[in-house]
Amino acid sequence: MIIGDPISRVLYVDLSRKRFWVKDRSELFEKYIGGVGAGIHLLMEECPQGIDPLAPQNPIILAVGQLNGFFPIASKTVALFKSPHTGNLGESYAGGRSAIALRMAGYGAMVVKGASDLPLYLVVTEDGVEFRDASVIWGTSSSYTVGRVIREREAGAGVRTIMRIGVAGEKLVTYSCVVTETYRHFGRLGLGAVFGSKKLKAILISGRRSLKPVDYKLYREVYQKIFKALTDSGIMKKYHDIGTAMNILPLNELGGLPIQNLTSTRFEDAEALSGEAFAQNHLGRRVACAHCPVSCIHIAALREPYVHEPYFYKTRMICYDYEPIYALGTMLGIGSREGVLKVIDEVERLGLDAISTGVALAWATEAMQCGLVGEGETGGLKLNWGDYKAYVKAIQMLAFRETPLFNALACGVDYASSVYGGREFALAFGGNEMPGYHTGPSAHLGFLVGARHSHLDAAGYSLDQRLLKSGEEASAGKIVEELFQEETWRQILSSLIVCFFGRGVYSPVTVCRALKVLGYQLTPADLEKLGREILKRKFEFKFREGFSFKKLRIPERIFQTPSPHGKLSREFMEEALKLYEEKVKALLGNL
Amino acid sequence: MSQRGPSRRLEVVDVDLCVGCQCCMFACNRRFGEAGLLKSAIHVRSAGGFERGLIVQVCRACLDPPCARACPVDALKVRKAGGVTLQPAKCIGCGNCVEACTVGAIFWDGEAGKPIICVYCGYCVEFCPYIVIKLEPLREEVS
Ligand code: SF4
Ligand code: SF4
Repeated sequence: MIIGDPISRVLYVDLSRKRFWVKDRSELFEKYIGGVGAGIHLLMEECPQGIDPLAPQNPIILAVGQLNGFFPIASKTVALFKSPHTGNLGESYAGGRSAIALRMAGYGAMVVKGASDLPLYLVVTEDGVEFRDASVIWGTSSSYTVGRVIREREAGAGVRTIMRIGVAGEKLVTYSCVVTETYRHFGRLGLGAVFGSKKLKAILISGRRSLKPVDYKLYREVYQKIFKALTDSGIMKKYHDIGTAMNILPLNELGGLPIQNLTSTRFEDAEALSGEAFAQNHLGRRVACAHCPVSCIHIAALREPYVHEPYFYKTRMICYDYEPIYALGTMLGIGSREGVLKVIDEVERLGLDAISTGVALAWATEAMQCGLVGEGETGGLKLNWGDYKAYVKAIQMLAFRETPLFNALACGVDYASSVYGGREFALAFGGNEMPGYHTGPSAHLGFLVGARHSHLDAAGYSLDQRLLKSGEEASAGKIVEELFQEETWRQILSSLIVCFFGRGVYSPVTVCRALKVLGYQLTPADLEKLGREILKRKFEFKFREGFSFKKLRIPERIFQTPSPHGKLSREFMEEALKLYEEKVKALLGNL
Repeated sequence: MSQRGPSRRLEVVDVDLCVGCQCCMFACNRRFGEAGLLKSAIHVRSAGGFERGLIVQVCRACLDPPCARACPVDALKVRKAGGVTLQPAKCIGCGNCVEACTVGAIFWDGEAGKPIICVYCGYCVEFCPYIVIKLEPLREEVS
């Protein structure tokens, strides 16, 4: 680590007493590189065992890593907290300008504790923290407006991040998100509700500084190589041209795209919802996270007439990606692009996680169809596949927790189905709603066993597709091995913190070279060991908070609807689960 | 890039192509072998939220630069064909030039206590993925 690098500074903020202080934590940032590696230690220290995730004692840890600010596509911040959605490890990442802003403000991490009596927002600079009254913007119906107000009022344009919550966070919806730079999110696992429980509307962080590498010459050289690989090679083409929405058509063709609560996997309107069609008809602007040349952020321009004012139009700029199109499009059977965009926009305005919201509404639609819930429970609202207007209304009712059904749904499908039934088609894994991949056993196993129950823990969807291509019949043991390896390696990327879209460029050798610029002498084997250690810490936290492999529920639906690997078998999944549990046990025992 | 330095200036070709990645800013800072944003002479920010597009602020190499006029000690030498060269030894760090620049293209290096002004080296151009910026011959050479 560079001597004197401000990354070792951790900013502690106590919202109850409106105080802050800075501690040097070089030992953490030196050994664990930063990011999730350092963050999980801070979470262990700060989060008392067994607390209610919405209690003031639940800390919010925001951390960046050694490569942030130094190398391109190291653009992410990690948030760690106890999740109000799963009651366990909360771990979520966002880009935008968050990581650069925190690094340039001169901190490696921020720990936010306590709760305020009045709504407030924080302004963080290298000089520390200012506590600002947010009572006027508390309750503002749109997260866009919150951004606008703070942006106008505060300094630092261009070198700041504004993380904020919407109404859903204030109402403690357990999968409400934190929005940053309008279009990026700490999406999953309910960071928004933790903000809300602390009466924390937003955090603005800004800073400008210059960091001195250990080896200047090597720095420019390694930088140049990484930059070239990110921009010249085909590796990034997929994210660059069409964006993540590029995956709609191939996954549909493969039969791995979940439709209408995973009752099928082929969508007749897939063409209309393809990344290509979105680009051709709506793409209005491309944006990038700070220090990322890829610009995967695709923003649609949706022009609409005002109903009561002829010749008045508004143009909404709405960000689309694969996951929202899946969750708020195909899962709800919406085949019109305009319809999908309007639903996405509502989710964005209110500050919800797109995936959980879509899966929750898909469950509710099916529950309504089979009579588990009726109009009495939905306040007269009828939910039918494809009826996007009804879904926009439902999202509002969800965020405001109107009617007992939407109030229950605001805690996720696991909870709602425990009240109303329909467990077999409640698509949650480890309490977290399913991402858009029914590609085979690896995807689902990944959702189950991944430390944050996300498709990004170990990218099982990618393994499924690779196995499909090679035609190999993989054993449960082989899948378990591959997922475990991948999740281990991803702890390193998540500590640096490099965006996973850059994982093809940041190989272990490249990471070692990049770290050398900062004075590290590490080998790929060292990184692997470190990755295992970080994963171990995460599982220690999970077990401390009551996680158990035995309690994992596998929704019957995934065994009913065929995947590209054919019908999945429960026996196979249970065998794999057992093997994974053994692996994790060995990990916990052996380090 | 054929020629760097005094006979060229940086031009913003089309700001609507800009994605706000700030790779240019990081590049400019790297001229000194350092990482970050403090020493960048080019600045990119949103035009009031990303939904509204971006603004690229960089020295336009004015023919009669107000920054030079505002400098009490003539630390900003006017180049014949436009733009200025900072003479750090003369600069007293008053910040008048920052105030004087109409387009806000002079930034402040708090570490050094001096202004940061584009030297038209073109290093940033090599890192802009979308050809938003380019090096242009100065007006004199054009005519
Ligand atoms: S031309 Fe050189 S000095 Fe000017 S903004 Fe670009 S890198 Fe910086
Ligand atoms: S490098 Fe180019 S696209 Fe990126 S911010 Fe600078 S001018 Fe804009």
